[in-house]
Amino acid sequence: MKQVMQEYFIENRTRVVEIAAFLNRLERASDGVSPAEDFRMTALQRALAVLASNDPDKLGQIQLIFSDPTTEPKLVLDTKSAAGAWNPAAVN
Amino acid sequence: MNYIEMHGHMVSRTTDDYNEMAMAGCVAISEPAFWAGWDRKSADAFEGYFRQLTEFEPTRAAQVGIRHMTWLCLNPKESEDRQLTAEVLRRIPKFLDGPNVLGIGEIGMNRVTVNEIAGFNDHVKLALEYRQMILIHTPHLEDKYKGTRVTIENLLKHPGLEPKKVLIDHAEEHTIGLILENGFYTGLTLYPNTKVSPARAADIVEKYGPERITISSACDWGPSVPKAVPHFMLEMRRRGHSEALIKKVVFDNPLEFLLQSGKFELPRLGITAAAAARK
Repeated sequence: MKQVMQEYFIENRTRVVEIAAFLNRLERASDGVSPAEDFRMTALQRALAVLASNDPDKLGQIQLIFSDPTTEPKLVLDTKSAAGAWNPAAVN
Repeated sequence: MNYIEMHGHMVSRTTDDYNEMAMAGCVAISEPAFWAGWDRKSADAFEGYFRQLTEFEPTRAAQVGIRHMTWLCLNPKESEDRQLTAEVLRRIPKFLDGPNVLGIGEIGMNRVTVNEIAGFNDHVKLALEYRQMILIHTPHLEDKYKGTRVTIENLLKHPGLEPKKVLIDHAEEHTIGLILENGFYTGLTLYPNTKVSPARAADIVEKYGPERITISSACDWGPSVPKAVPHFMLEMRRRGHSEALIKKVVFDNPLEFLLQSGKFELPRLGITAAAAARK
């Protein structure tokens, strides 16, 4: 454990600081609209809750939080690019 | 250490990248046909691309001693146009006997639409008809889990399909188990922002073992690192893994998969298609 901590702590500390900076940046740019209303932020907050939990499979849980859990194909192409998180409100 | 780059979109890369990859130990590159960042509007445009993959890139790679192989298809991002898909599929067979053509790929899903699934199944049928191997792209980010499940569900509907001749690429932690338990080869693609980092790829090899897992950079026209595989090798060494284990996923597994094509060989290393066929 000590070796893994030694090898990987600083880069992961940096990642947490970057997330904090991103959230502050979002708040500063919100111009009256709460970032919490965006489906991506909802997914991110759920993922952060898993990070702070004792779940032994944090990575698996977080991958599924961001994923589309359905298997029904879209009838028409909505966009070519993925958004990074599934939007449950999107029309199929 | 020698390695095989299993997924490099070299049409998007410079000759300097070929040089750097060769100096880092890359002895062969498998290049799937993919989306150019914009939609091609005609089958002629695809045919030009297929000529680039089968004529120009092997020549460029050979200049630095790299064996270049390729896969042909119309990729899922362009498969909404069913008429164009049909026309491109009609033109693919004349390229399949080319010396560097490994099979059909990278086919698969992008946003998992009805037309993408139809185009995917058309390509699988073509591969089976012409006894070709298959390389499969799985979608990005939130679409990966769904796309991988739908891909496997459709593959299993094709009688005669041999999972060991199919590689399902861009696997991540939430999809690799499903791919491996169905008997397919898989690929971990190392991207700076999306997909898998070298550290997570090493975690996955530690968790699942090395069987049927390959590693690649999937370098293309977007943010990507042509020498990502050596980064993975370094990560594995930092953790104290053996050279034999590293070689297994960056060279032995890709070689084992590619030799099934009957065309892949590395004469400089004494690996010939004829010798592989005798085994």
